[in-house]
Amino acid sequence: MIEIKGLNKYYHVGGRPLHVLKNLDLQVNSGEMVSVMGSSGSGKSTLLNILGILDDYDSGTYKLNDHLIKGLTEKQAAKYRNRFLGFVFQSFNLIAFKNAAENVALPLYYQGVPRKERIKKSEEMLEKVGLYEWRTHLPNELSGGQKQRVAIARALVSDPKLILADEPTGALDSVTSGEVMKVLKEVNKQGMTIVIVTHEKEIAENTDRIIYLKDGETANETL
Amino acid sequence: MIILDRWQEIYDTVSKNKLRTALTGFSVAWGIFMLIILLGAGQGLKNGFENDFKDDAINSIWLWGGETSLPYKGNKPGKRIIMKNSDLEYIQNNLNGVEYITARFNRWGETITYKDKSGAFRMRAVHPDHRHLENTLVQSGRYINDIDLKECRKVIIIGRKIKDVLFGDEDPIGKYISTLGINFKIVGIFKDEGHEREEEIVYIPITTAQKIFAGTDVIHQLMFTTGEASVEESFKIAEQVTSIMALRHGFDPADKKALYVENNTEEYENIMSVLDAITLFVWIIGIMTIIAGIVGIGNIMMITVKDRTREIGIRKAVGASPYSVVLLIMQEAIVITAFAGYLGLFSGVFLLEWVSGLITDPGIFMRPEVDINVAIMATLMLIFSGAVAGFVPAMRAAQIRPIDALKDE
Repeated sequence: MIEIKGLNKYYHVGGRPLHVLKNLDLQVNSGEMVSVMGSSGSGKSTLLNILGILDDYDSGTYKLNDHLIKGLTEKQAAKYRNRFLGFVFQSFNLIAFKNAAENVALPLYYQGVPRKERIKKSEEMLEKVGLYEWRTHLPNELSGGQKQRVAIARALVSDPKLILADEPTGALDSVTSGEVMKVLKEVNKQGMTIVIVTHEKEIAENTDRIIYLKDGETANETL
Repeated sequence: MIILDRWQEIYDTVSKNKLRTALTGFSVAWGIFMLIILLGAGQGLKNGFENDFKDDAINSIWLWGGETSLPYKGNKPGKRIIMKNSDLEYIQNNLNGVEYITARFNRWGETITYKDKSGAFRMRAVHPDHRHLENTLVQSGRYINDIDLKECRKVIIIGRKIKDVLFGDEDPIGKYISTLGINFKIVGIFKDEGHEREEEIVYIPITTAQKIFAGTDVIHQLMFTTGEASVEESFKIAEQVTSIMALRHGFDPADKKALYVENNTEEYENIMSVLDAITLFVWIIGIMTIIAGIVGIGNIMMITVKDRTREIGIRKAVGASPYSVVLLIMQEAIVITAFAGYLGLFSGVFLLEWVSGLITDPGIFMRPEVDINVAIMATLMLIFSGAVAGFVPAMRAAQIRPIDALKDE
């Protein structure tokens, strides 16, 4: 699913290039649930942005579902994000003035799915994460765990190939963290590939494989 | 379907951010409102002036005698110029471009009596063509005709106001009224769309007046219309008539005080060009006001985009293309401007109509209005200005990078 070979990424800060990702190799297979761990500054956020086609890289190759992701126009990037990826963020990133169902339906809007079908599908997804009764509630009427479940439903609704979760439990207590992880594991069981970036060991240990990043390089992988 | 969806998306955004939308719309609504009010007022002024000119034919030239102020061929200044019937005949026969021509012999404030009622009214003794010069409208009966002139008949045409004063509900046609001990038969009643005072006048044939009051062939004023002549042509005609009269009466054609020549065409054109200048001025002010409104909208949209950075970032993360973001912002700007502008347009027109209804005594200001073309133009301008106002913020929005927008605070 993900195939990264010899990837380099530099940031240019104050004229001096900062080598953030160094000759990185990475492989994630279809149906895997992988976590990426590392201290702050290890380059894990940068890696996630590149994986999410939110940022470009300098050299090497990144193939997503056998498509080479490099030097895309904004329009192409938007299309790939829409078709291949689902995002789950630490701070949920739901649109405040849209209710749960509308938030979930948003990716479908950009796919050009007719309204009725969008509503149907988004309600299905909410049911899947156990929030069907909350579908007409605005994000600020939901608890943190509920918000994250809505975000997961949104990530799933467009039927992506890969879910990218950036500290999905970072803003949650341990009980709700457990709920969210349960949902993610269930989704994984149904065949979805998931990459979770986290610094919490308990979360990482819940995944099939942990990738450690240290100073922009993969330190070691454990199974 | 997709297009309908975008409207739905805009409706959602707008209806859930009411204050922001209201603030944005207000500046444009106000701009358009002011433009309409100003244009309407300008038109009202124009209508008022045009109505003022309705009193007299606008394409007319008026002559009345004065005193010479320059020496001419041995004559010292101070010679009185008095026009005669023969002057009228000469101009009628020898000057090209004369359409209607009449002389006028004035009596100021003659007491006119009918039975036990009487009043002092102005009397004008004129030729039949006079009705075209003063835009006199015969309401009933007839005006002075050529036979009246020829036979020096003692007939009289009275204004509507005089009929009200002397006769009330009685029909005056065929009745006799007397002035200076002479009985005149009423043959017509007229109205005049100019001043009300114009309806407190009586008209009699000029030959009759000359016979009764002066026993001479003196005329006080000579007026004629120039038909379809342009302003330039009317200038020429006025020049020609001056030189004709100078020759006949022996004064320097350059002497402005010997014979007063008033060219109404020129006056009309002058006032109209002033009014056109006012209209232009109003447009400039109006457009400036609208530009201020557009800048205001642009500003608010800019803040809006900043406010919505995260939302736009989310949209982009889930697959919104830059184009769809541009469209979203611009369409919202256009919708808000068009709607708010329409509201301003409507309330402006409504206010004008209301004020128009309040004006019962039209002075130089009447029927303030805006025509349909202006309204259409304003609408198009609105949509255009909405697009302009939305463009820069929309481009800004399209450049938002989701990775920056979604950074945790």
